Amino acid sequence: MSSILIVEQILNGLQFGVMLFLMAAGLTLIFGVMGLINLAHGSLYMVGAFAAAAVAGATGSFFLGLVAALASAALAGAIIEIVVIRRLYDAPHLDQVLATFALILIFSEGTRWFFGSFPLFLNIPQALSGPVTLPGGIEYPLYRLSLIVIGVAIAGGLWLFIERTRIGIQIRAGENDREMIAVLGVDISKLYTLVFALGAALAGLAGALVGAIQSVQVGMGEPVLILAFVVIVIGGIGSIRGAFIGALLVGLTDTLGGVFLPEFLGLFMEPGAAQKSGSAIASMGIYILMGLVLIWRPTGLFGARA
Amino acid sequence: MRVTERYINGVVLTGLLVLPIWALAMDEPFTITLATRAVVLALAAVGLNLALGLGGMVSLGHAAFFGLGGYTMGILAYHAQTYSTLNLGLFSTDGTTSMPLIWLSAMVISALVAFFIGMLSLRTTGVYFIMITLAFGQMFFYFAISWAQYGGEDGLSIYVRNGFPGLNTLVPIQFFGICFTLLCIVLFLFARLQASPFGLALNATRQTRSRVQAVGLNPTRIRLLAFVLSGAITGLAGALFADLNRFVSPTMFSWQLSGELIVLIVIGGVGRLMGPVIGACVFVALEHFLGALTDYWHVYLGVVLLCIVLFGRGGLIGLLTGKEGAHV
Repeated sequence: MSSILIVEQILNGLQFGVMLFLMAAGLTLIFGVMGLINLAHGSLYMVGAFAAAAVAGATGSFFLGLVAALASAALAGAIIEIVVIRRLYDAPHLDQVLATFALILIFSEGTRWFFGSFPLFLNIPQALSGPVTLPGGIEYPLYRLSLIVIGVAIAGGLWLFIERTRIGIQIRAGENDREMIAVLGVDISKLYTLVFALGAALAGLAGALVGAIQSVQVGMGEPVLILAFVVIVIGGIGSIRGAFIGALLVGLTDTLGGVFLPEFLGLFMEPGAAQKSGSAIASMGIYILMGLVLIWRPTGLFGARA
Repeated sequence: MRVTERYINGVVLTGLLVLPIWALAMDEPFTITLATRAVVLALAAVGLNLALGLGGMVSLGHAAFFGLGGYTMGILAYHAQTYSTLNLGLFSTDGTTSMPLIWLSAMVISALVAFFIGMLSLRTTGVYFIMITLAFGQMFFYFAISWAQYGGEDGLSIYVRNGFPGLNTLVPIQFFGICFTLLCIVLFLFARLQASPFGLALNATRQTRSRVQAVGLNPTRIRLLAFVLSGAITGLAGALFADLNRFVSPTMFSWQLSGELIVLIVIGGVGRLMGPVIGACVFVALEHFLGALTDYWHVYLGVVLLCIVLFGRGGLIGLLTGKEGAHV
């Protein structure tokens, strides 16, 4: 096994990880601030991807597609927050699960109704296509490399936004004590809509960016949503930093496990059996990781201690 | 008009029994199959209701047990029908096509897995629990997809339905009879359990965990036992579901199914004895009639569900009896 392959797979894992972070950041913010579990977050990912594919297909501009993804996902997020989610903040978790499950059904089947069952395709922009040579002579797709850069940049921006801006301070205050900041004159329902729309926009952006390397289809959001849940459980609910570390851990474990576990088992098994059991075990890798973290720290790596 | 819950329960069970007999007389075997489907889904949801309704554990991963039951049936029957040996290291088996043995295996395996998932997930509560059960369910989904020996993504077909001593299970009404009897037995046990000291303690852990602790009971142990029982019942339903379709596939593990099981319970009424049964009947009827009208019937299901959550409390039973809570 060459070191080039290892570096390539690590980069793939990082790319997967930062995209998961975009999903997980919104989920964990929404949970941290509003105490809401949002299963429909995957639908917002899908909305972003479809909007990007439709607009990029019509105009030929990938950049306009991204703008459309951000705008439509944020808009969809704001609408469902105002119409449905707002009534659920004080409801039991069961109601939140059901209502957001219902939203998934409506979004998924509605999208199928509108766009049909066939996947759409979103092409990588010309300027970012093709490979790039990294130091050490490693060829790596430029687009995937840009995804890593964009993801890390957004993570940094989000950190600045939460830590350094006035709205960020209000969001953090809202996590701690929502009555208190309402008393201090912050319009809490506007703040909630804003946080929800921000989370939705991040999900939509992730959907559009990933949509260019996978196909854009109904049901694309839910597998990512569940991975994002694993990320949050590992990182600790409500913690942006935990979401970032958790996302990278999950991305790397999933990618590297899928490639290296069969090879590793091949050292002491026959190749066919090693390939089969290796890929079967690798598919469970991140859940095993989650189990281990739970045994060690039930509230996640960066979660508040119970 | 307000009616009592006991009255509704009687009407529903009788109706569920009379419908297939009527269909038999009218020679409409498909209706019998639909009724069997409702009964099996109801059984799976009764299992979940034990954890969710009585214990307040919102498990979004119960499809794991449903799928495990299904795959237990699939694997045992596959080995029996191909005359191959299943080697598990410590012991080996030639598989079986006997339903009682398959049920027992399905329940034991589901219970064991429920024990491990419960051990990990019950260390947490609330949203963590929901996410963790969902994630473990998904783990089995991906494992089933990548497990090429038993069909992988394509699933596994079992060409002959497994046998039950003295009955011909390929006759729809006889298979319905088996499923219906099992459902009644499980409902009876559920009612007994609900009224037993264990059931009361479980109910109490849902309401005030700290008080249960204060009187010297171990809430986690009570919840774990309930979760294991719940997994075993859902596993049994999975084995029956696989026999009904004579087919198992990774979709039995899908998270949508976990969600739908919760939906069944909520349509009928959470924590009520017959809630899951009513929910399953309504769900199968909706699936059949709306599904015939439009391919996109899930949109309407979503809207109905939203309305139930936002405006209706206590499900259909709550609506009919005028009592919101199940535990009055």
